[in-house]
Amino acid sequence: MPDQILFALEVTLNGLMAGVLYSLVALGFVLIFKASGIFNFAQGVMALFAALTLVGFQTGQVPFAHLVNVLFGTHVEHFGWTMPTLAAIAATMAVMVVMALLVERLVLKGLINQAPIILFMATIGLAYFLEGFGDIMWGADIKRLEVGLPQGLSETIDAATFAWFGYGFFIDRLDIVAALVAAALVVSLTLFSQYTRHGRALRAVADDHQAALSVGISLRAIWVLVWSIAGFVALVAGVMWGTKLGVQFSLSLIALKALPVLMLGGFTSIPGAIIGGLIVGVGEKLFEFAVGPLVGGATENWFAYMLALVFLLFRPQGLFGERIIERV
Amino acid sequence: MLYREAGDFKTSYAADGQTFPIAFDRRRYQAVLVLAFGVVPFLVNDYWANAVLVPFLIYAIAAIGLNILTGYCGQVSLGTGGFMAVGAYACYKLMTAFPEVSVLLHILLAGTVTALVGMLFGIPSLRIKGFYLAVATLAAQFFLVWLFNKVPWFYNHSASGQISAPERSVLGLAVTGAATAPWAKYLVCLAFAVGLAWIARNLTRGSLGRQWMAIRDMDIAAEIIGVNPLRAKLTAFAISSFYVGVAGALMFAVYLGAVEVGEAFGVNKAFLVLFMIIIGGLGSIFGSFAGAAFLVLLPVLLKNLLVDGLGWSTALAAHVELMIVGALIVFFLVVEPHGLAQLWRLAKEKLRLWPFPH
Amino acid sequence: MTGGGEARPAAEDRRIGPAILEMRNITLRFGGVTAIHDISFDVREGEIRAIIGPNGAGKSSMLNVISGFYRPQEGEVWFRGERRRRLRPYEVARQGIARTFQNIALFQGMSVLDNIMTGRLNLMGASILAQALWWGRAEREEVAHRGKVERIIDFLEIQHVRKTPVGRLPYGLKKRVELARALAAEPRILLLDEPMAGMNVEEKEDMCRFILDANDEFGTTIVLIEHDMGVVMDLSDRVVVMDYGRKIADGPPETVRTDRAVIDAYLGVAHG
Repeated sequence: MPDQILFALEVTLNGLMAGVLYSLVALGFVLIFKASGIFNFAQGVMALFAALTLVGFQTGQVPFAHLVNVLFGTHVEHFGWTMPTLAAIAATMAVMVVMALLVERLVLKGLINQAPIILFMATIGLAYFLEGFGDIMWGADIKRLEVGLPQGLSETIDAATFAWFGYGFFIDRLDIVAALVAAALVVSLTLFSQYTRHGRALRAVADDHQAALSVGISLRAIWVLVWSIAGFVALVAGVMWGTKLGVQFSLSLIALKALPVLMLGGFTSIPGAIIGGLIVGVGEKLFEFAVGPLVGGATENWFAYMLALVFLLFRPQGLFGERIIERV
Repeated sequence: MLYREAGDFKTSYAADGQTFPIAFDRRRYQAVLVLAFGVVPFLVNDYWANAVLVPFLIYAIAAIGLNILTGYCGQVSLGTGGFMAVGAYACYKLMTAFPEVSVLLHILLAGTVTALVGMLFGIPSLRIKGFYLAVATLAAQFFLVWLFNKVPWFYNHSASGQISAPERSVLGLAVTGAATAPWAKYLVCLAFAVGLAWIARNLTRGSLGRQWMAIRDMDIAAEIIGVNPLRAKLTAFAISSFYVGVAGALMFAVYLGAVEVGEAFGVNKAFLVLFMIIIGGLGSIFGSFAGAAFLVLLPVLLKNLLVDGLGWSTALAAHVELMIVGALIVFFLVVEPHGLAQLWRLAKEKLRLWPFPH
Repeated sequence: MTGGGEARPAAEDRRIGPAILEMRNITLRFGGVTAIHDISFDVREGEIRAIIGPNGAGKSSMLNVISGFYRPQEGEVWFRGERRRRLRPYEVARQGIARTFQNIALFQGMSVLDNIMTGRLNLMGASILAQALWWGRAEREEVAHRGKVERIIDFLEIQHVRKTPVGRLPYGLKKRVELARALAAEPRILLLDEPMAGMNVEEKEDMCRFILDANDEFGTTIVLIEHDMGVVMDLSDRVVVMDYGRKIADGPPETVRTDRAVIDAYLGVAHG
């Protein structure tokens, strides 16, 4: 096979893997949107916050150390112990549940019956708050996240592809893990929503708030539940991205990248989120590969948005979204 | 009786439809203008002009622009930073290509160029609504910033990739470049802000403004009673972008002098201006000023209080600022979606009856 | 129902002209559902034409076809003797067809006055530049149209709320403001979608009076959908009866009232 095609194939594969990571963030968006009609702009910051908290617990950082130090003139940084990864993950999840409770109590409750766009702007505010809060709690420096996931070149694939094509593909093992985790996440979320009582309640709320209320489902409890699940998805995404890129502010920008993913896939479809992520991942990698060198590179900054924009002009409801019939 | 309207009867529809129907408001507004044009320029020093007044006026213009689009016409845009960049780069190209033409004209032309670009990115609004559109405007934001970064023609192939404003003067007085006096910067921005605010007020109280608001409140019904959605939305995009472009041009040419696009006009700028109109008040010209003032003053205050006063690190103060801004956004949306402008109106209602509320 | 109180003059006494609007063989489908099946009827200039029928009969869809919001798959709309080409809803409005909505569609963020002024937007023509500078035509026009709107406000007796944001008004007044907005457009045809739904008897009587007066005073042709049979029989000159998307009767109220198919539709005879 000619080299160009092999390169393109490798780029495509890497794009698929990157797409999986976008899908992970998009998944959190879809969950919240389905259950509450809220477009949660803060999903990316939630991933960042979860990753920060996880690292903080693991390494035994003192929360709010900078603030405490400047207020009381102390010099605390670390507790002096480290926490096992699993315990730290559990503790982080607890923090995310508390966050879900607070969000419901302080934000959602006050915004019932507001226009979707108002809710959207409120979550932008939430994103800012959470970002500042995370930075104050754990410090804004770039942190390494180490939870024991494999990383680096996958020799198996390298060797196998070399044997077939005479050219070894570079695939990060972390990406493979991410793909597996994403698949497991989708399967378990589907099982949860299909076969458990809470899952059914959640689908009922997603379908019709009023009707769900009238059969005795507590809307507020469901919201806490769904934000907790979104917190969990954020934690998973945060772990993957954090391991790959280090835990830093730019993680919250992947949330922005998840937006075009959603626009392609439709806001209400879990398979849509996955496929949209893959399309964006492959599309932007291939575009950069083919066109990038001609125009100075860094097209990944905008390609996904332009793709979504053009796509929406022809199909405003996304690939898998429900068709909107307008009424008066 | 600080505030009264008793005895202030209207005998014509023109008098009833004016901007400040209450005589007291009218006089106060005139007093503010006299103060702003006649007194402040003599008092303003470098710190006040550069840290507070000039950015306040420039952001107020951008906020009015975004308010026309979002507050009046209901189309949320996250592309403000990108459109400001268009204004800045258009102004730069015009200033360097036609050095003999007045810079004031260049700034207005830069606004016009931005209006055209804004219309282009406004076309999707005909098919895409709500936050779909908000995300679509992100495409404008990222694409435009990338474009100005990557295409050397826009920055005249300068080695640093930055653009810097050459020195230009109006009536023999430097208004751009290093030699500009703080009061000259202030006056230029003030003139633009007042003029554009007046025009915005006129547009929003007339037929076009009602069409925008009709689209905002119920787009389908608006079309059925006769609003042409294409025309209403595109004029909103064009006029809004004109304002934002002028703000970008002023920010580059008059305020900053030199600009690197990603830093000065990144996506954070888009959010900042959006926050200004949420906090100040959606659908209110006064609110645009109030919101701009608030978010320009907040970091200055926090810096004075936390960094200079309590000796905190600037990073910590910046994080506190993020938290406060975020919390305020949520607070205003939950408690008072019409922002500071509504709080001001309520205060006036109270004052009207004060000190005899019953 | 008492309606306007006094008896209506017979149709011949008023200036009822030739057909201004003709619907010819209209069929409208949503996917597999046929909402309107091959319906034809006409509306004469100056008359009050009612469309009645049980829920889901396709009445509102028919109104939406007239105002250009839905495009029928088959059939033609003839307006003022010409076949209407495919128009966007705002173009239909510009031709002089105004309407009110079943679920009130006022602009919540605007005052009563501004809502009614929006109705006149196609009668205003100042350029954007003139509006921006509030100069010349823009200002004159604003004042002149305000005068016209004030007459409608007087006519519908809503002077006391003219500066109130519509969101704060009670239901009955909202319906009235909506009528005012439609009348402000000085339409040739006024479409009213259940103008009396959810009103109490007193409000209904008021509304009947306004509709009759609008018809008498401005000579506006009116097409209305209504559930209240009493109201329909009192108000209208001719009635179209729809059921399951088909036309089952058409004629003056007294003939329609005794029509076998109509009675069956209303009392519920098994369809099959």
